[in-house]
Amino acid sequence: MQSGMDTISQSFAVALGLVAHLDPRLTEIVGLSLAVSLTATLISAAIGLPLGAAIAVGRFPGRAPLIVVLNAAMGLPPVVVGLFVYLLLSRAGPLGPFGLLFTPPAMVIAQTVLIVPIVAALTRQFVEDAWSEYREQLASLRSSWLQSTATLLWDTRWSLATVLLAGFGRAAAEVGAVMIVGGNIDGVTRVMTTAIALETSKGDLPLALGLGLVLITLVMALNVGAHVTRHYARLRFG
Amino acid sequence: MGDAEVAVDGLPIVATDVDVVRRDTRVLSDVDATIRAARRTFILGPNGSGKSTLLRVLHGLLAPVRGQVTWGGLTAPPPGQAMVFQRAVLLRRSAAGNIRHALKLAGVRGAEAQRRVADALSTVGLAALAERPARVLSGGEQQRLALARAWALAPRVLFLDEPTASLDPAAARAVEAIVRDFHALGTTIVMTTHNLAQAKRLADEVVFLDGGRVTEHTAAEQFFRSPRSLQAKTFLEGERL
Repeated sequence: MQSGMDTISQSFAVALGLVAHLDPRLTEIVGLSLAVSLTATLISAAIGLPLGAAIAVGRFPGRAPLIVVLNAAMGLPPVVVGLFVYLLLSRAGPLGPFGLLFTPPAMVIAQTVLIVPIVAALTRQFVEDAWSEYREQLASLRSSWLQSTATLLWDTRWSLATVLLAGFGRAAAEVGAVMIVGGNIDGVTRVMTTAIALETSKGDLPLALGLGLVLITLVMALNVGAHVTRHYARLRFG
Repeated sequence: MGDAEVAVDGLPIVATDVDVVRRDTRVLSDVDATIRAARRTFILGPNGSGKSTLLRVLHGLLAPVRGQVTWGGLTAPPPGQAMVFQRAVLLRRSAAGNIRHALKLAGVRGAEAQRRVADALSTVGLAALAERPARVLSGGEQQRLALARAWALAPRVLFLDEPTASLDPAAARAVEAIVRDFHALGTTIVMTTHNLAQAKRLADEVVFLDGGRVTEHTAAEQFFRSPRSLQAKTFLEGERL
C-alpha cells in the first residue's frame, strides 16, 4: 500500500513537471484538443444560435415535440454520436469519399453533432424568456420577425456566451466520440481525453495525470468564466 | 393630396362591433369606439372590464375575432403610433441605446437619430443618465425612459396602459406632465388608468367599459358630473365611498 501511494505521488510530481515545463508531447495534445473543440464550438454557434432563436420566436406545427427532442438530445451519449458519425464517414458511408475518418475534421464533426443540441436548446430557453417579456413592446415598435430575432440574440448575448462556454466544456471533456472517429492516432488525432484513457491503460500515469490536470483546470476555468459573466451581466444590464 | 394625408394620419381610429376572445373567454363584446385626432381619450372601467384589451386592439397589437378596426380608413395600423406599458419593457442596453433601437426600427439613423435621442432624454429629464443601463434605473426613471422612447418616434397617437399604476405619487406626476407635453404637440392620447383623479385632470373624453361592453362614451366633464350609464354611476359612487 505504501509503495502504491509513493507511485501516485511520484507520478503526480512528474506530471506537474510536464505541465510546468510545457512538455512538447503534452502541449501538442492540448493544442489539438483546443483546436478541435474550439472549431466545433464555433460551428455549433453558427448553427445553434440562430436555430435556437428561430424556435424560440417561431410558431409552427411540431414546435412542441421539436423542443422535447432538442432538450433530450442535450444528453446524447458521445459514444453513440461517434458511432453515427463513424458510419457517415466510413468508406461505405454517404460521406466516405471525402476520406475524413481518423482525421481532426472527423473529430470536429462528431463534437459539433454532440453540442449543437446543447447550444440550440439553451439558446431557445434564454431567447424565449426574453421574448415573452419583449414581445408586445417589439410588436408595438413594428419590429419584423427577423429584426426581433436579432434584437433578442443581442440582448441575451451574455447568457449565450455562457451557453458557448458550456458547449466548449462538453466538447473538450468527452472521450467516446473522438475516440471512435479520430482513432487516437499519435501525433494526428490524439487529444487530451483519448490520451488519458490510453496512457492510463498503458500505465504511463505522469502524462495521463498531467493532461488530467490541464483538462480539469480548463473545465473549472470555463465554469468560473460562465459564473463571472452571468454575475457581471446581471449587475451591468439587469 | 387630401386622401394621402388622411392615410398617413391614421386617424380617426374606429372600432366597429369588435369581439375579442382570449383563452376561451370573451373579453370584449360588440365594442364600438372612435378615437378622434388630438383628443385625450381615457378608457375607464373596473378590473377585468377589458380596458387593456381594447387599448391593444386600437393599437393593432390584437386582432378582433369579429368586427373591425380602421385607422383613418386603413385596415392595418399605419406607422406613427407608440405605446407605453404598465411596466416599462426596456432592452438590456443603455437608456440612449433603447431609444436608438426604436428609431432604427422606424428607419431613423445617423445625426437625426442622435438629435432625437438627446431631445427625448432631456424632455423627460434623463439626459444625465443617457449611458446608464436602462434596466438598473428606478421604476419612475424606467417609465420616463419608455416615454422618451415614444417621444423620439414623434407619434401621432400615443397609447398608455396604466402607466402610473406601479409608481409613487411624485413619479406619477412626472409621467402626467410628459403626457401633457405630448398632447400640447398635438399627439392623440389614448390611456387607461385606475386613478380617477388622474383621469379628471387629463381626460377630454371617457370610454367606459363594463364586462367587456362599452356602456358610454362621453365628454370627460359630463362623465364625472353625471354619467349616463348605471354601470358608470355605480363605479363612480364606489370610488367615492
